[in-house]
Amino acid sequence: MADIALNARHDPEAAAATRRYFWNRFFVYAVLTLFAVIYLAPLLVVVFNSLREQSEIARNGLISLPRSFRLDAWAQAWGTYCVSGTCEGMKRNFFNSLWMTIPATVISTLLGAMNGYVLSKWRFKGSETLFNLMLLGVFMPGQISLMPWAFLLGKLGLTNSTYGLVLIHVVQGISFTTLFCRNFYVSIPDDLIKAARIDGAGFWRIFRKIILPLSPPILIVTVIWQFTGIWNEYLFGVVFTSGQQQPITAALVALTAGGTTARAYDVMSAAVLIGALPPLLIYLFGGKYFVRGLTQGAIK
Amino acid sequence: MSALMIRDLHKSYGGLEILAGINLEARTGEFIALVGPSGCGKSTLLAMIAGLETVTSGEIWIGDRLVNSVQPKDRDIAMVFQSYALYPTMTVRQNITFGMESRGVPKAEQAEAVKRVAALLQIEQLLKRKPGQLSGGQRQRVAMGRALVRDPKLFLFDEPLSNLDAKLRVDMRTEIKKLHHRVGKTTVYVTHDQVEAMTLASRIAVMNQGSVQQFDTPKRIYDRPTNMFVAGFMGSPAMNFIPARLTGSTSIAVRAADGSDATLALAAPLPASAPKDVVLGVRPEHIYRFTTDLKSRKPAVESMQAPVELVEPTGAETLAVLRLGDLEITGRFEPDDAPVMGETITLGIDMSRACLFDPTTRALL
Repeated sequence: MADIALNARHDPEAAAATRRYFWNRFFVYAVLTLFAVIYLAPLLVVVFNSLREQSEIARNGLISLPRSFRLDAWAQAWGTYCVSGTCEGMKRNFFNSLWMTIPATVISTLLGAMNGYVLSKWRFKGSETLFNLMLLGVFMPGQISLMPWAFLLGKLGLTNSTYGLVLIHVVQGISFTTLFCRNFYVSIPDDLIKAARIDGAGFWRIFRKIILPLSPPILIVTVIWQFTGIWNEYLFGVVFTSGQQQPITAALVALTAGGTTARAYDVMSAAVLIGALPPLLIYLFGGKYFVRGLTQGAIK
Repeated sequence: MSALMIRDLHKSYGGLEILAGINLEARTGEFIALVGPSGCGKSTLLAMIAGLETVTSGEIWIGDRLVNSVQPKDRDIAMVFQSYALYPTMTVRQNITFGMESRGVPKAEQAEAVKRVAALLQIEQLLKRKPGQLSGGQRQRVAMGRALVRDPKLFLFDEPLSNLDAKLRVDMRTEIKKLHHRVGKTTVYVTHDQVEAMTLASRIAVMNQGSVQQFDTPKRIYDRPTNMFVAGFMGSPAMNFIPARLTGSTSIAVRAADGSDATLALAAPLPASAPKDVVLGVRPEHIYRFTTDLKSRKPAVESMQAPVELVEPTGAETLAVLRLGDLEITGRFEPDDAPVMGETITLGIDMSRACLFDPTTRALL
């Protein structure tokens, strides 16, 4: 190695190439950093404001570095802040969201897995057509189904209830979960199913013993997708529920709209962050599985 | 009693006919090979025997039971797939016991069966592994273990050796043969490899375009192929087809390299109904260098001249490409006695082993 170092002579072309490489990288990272800052800045402002005193915000403006530090706003936003007469903060709405999102995610994912299993491994006459029709749901905006849902929830007596929202999100989500699972299961060799049928396993046993054990990558993807999608959903929540039944996304609007007093930016910021926390956590812990699951086949 | 009986079996997808009237029968303990080029319908036929494909028309009997509409699991069969189809999330042991568990076989009995099969296939040390941790040959063994543990009436193999490398394939072929001798189960074995079919089977069904061309013992199929398809498919290098003209009831003329006709006497007279133009089928190993000694040992040998265009020594034998009229034929020679390139040799063709075909119907005369 020493010899090589001794023999290395100055090579202007190599030096130029190194320089070019450096400036290329520099430019790329500079642009990426710029955009990262643009995207992260609002988050940073909200985090800062949730920790500042309201009086300090009023004095120094909304966008400013914190000069004070308090967690009061978080406690208020969680449990005591008054929205349209009730002083319970976001707590109740947070749990509404949770009790809506968890069952809707689990049920829609399971149904998607079963649909995908049937549409990929137990094809029947017209199953492809059926799949294509289900795919339409992926491209259909939610507002199209507002009226039908209003009618249906009314008939079922599920207006202004979390159960109603669970039902809506399960049905609206099936297109996506079916698409994900079906495309994943297509890559499982049909021979496995044939072998299992000869081995005496039926429809459910094959699903439980062979398909589901192969499914974690795609189930993680589906759960992350559904959880964040349903949690962040706003339209159905605001249309079909009110007051104490609202999920947190809808309640946040009530928070900003309500009250004649001066706006409590600190509490609002904290409330927004409380509402954003679950999907953020899911992303932080599950993000890498999300990418992996989408790109990986069933059998390595 | 026959373990498997197939009567006039048809299969079509929409308007496309895959199988056109298959008749087959396997006696108990027999090893039947279904062989043919890809797309001939052999795998579809096997899937229908397994119950994985529906029957369009015809009958499939396993033992004394008509199974047309019986579920695969109730047909008393076991199958080995080309892809092995091992359950990837289960250990080897779980793979082997999965079928017994589905059927509710008691645990003690399962353990006993796994032990027996693992010993038979020498996979005891692999039982705790997952399929992903096994080599191709080991997966193959496990796949066979999963089939053997069933003790079924009928074994079905769907090209089980195609995914193995050449050397392992030969080893596993020998093992399958040994295993069949030991277990003695009726077996239907699908392959596109005619050597596999020849070495393993007690009878071979050669298939093409959805129908069985010939169903007979390997020897009969090799020696007396019923048509030019069978003759050309079985044997490597393939049988030489030489256009010839009848010059009497017991002799034919073929075109030599210089354009002249060489007359060859037939070993047996042809029926009067035979056409004037025929195809002479000669296997490469029935072409010799002509000597008087050869003629005295094999009186049916006929001679003619042919230039040697190319020589391919393989070690055990030497293949020579010979010019005959406008076509090239292949002869298989002893390496010590092989012709050299450029030489013109006097060929001895053993007419007692040759086949004559009708060029229009392509059938054996």
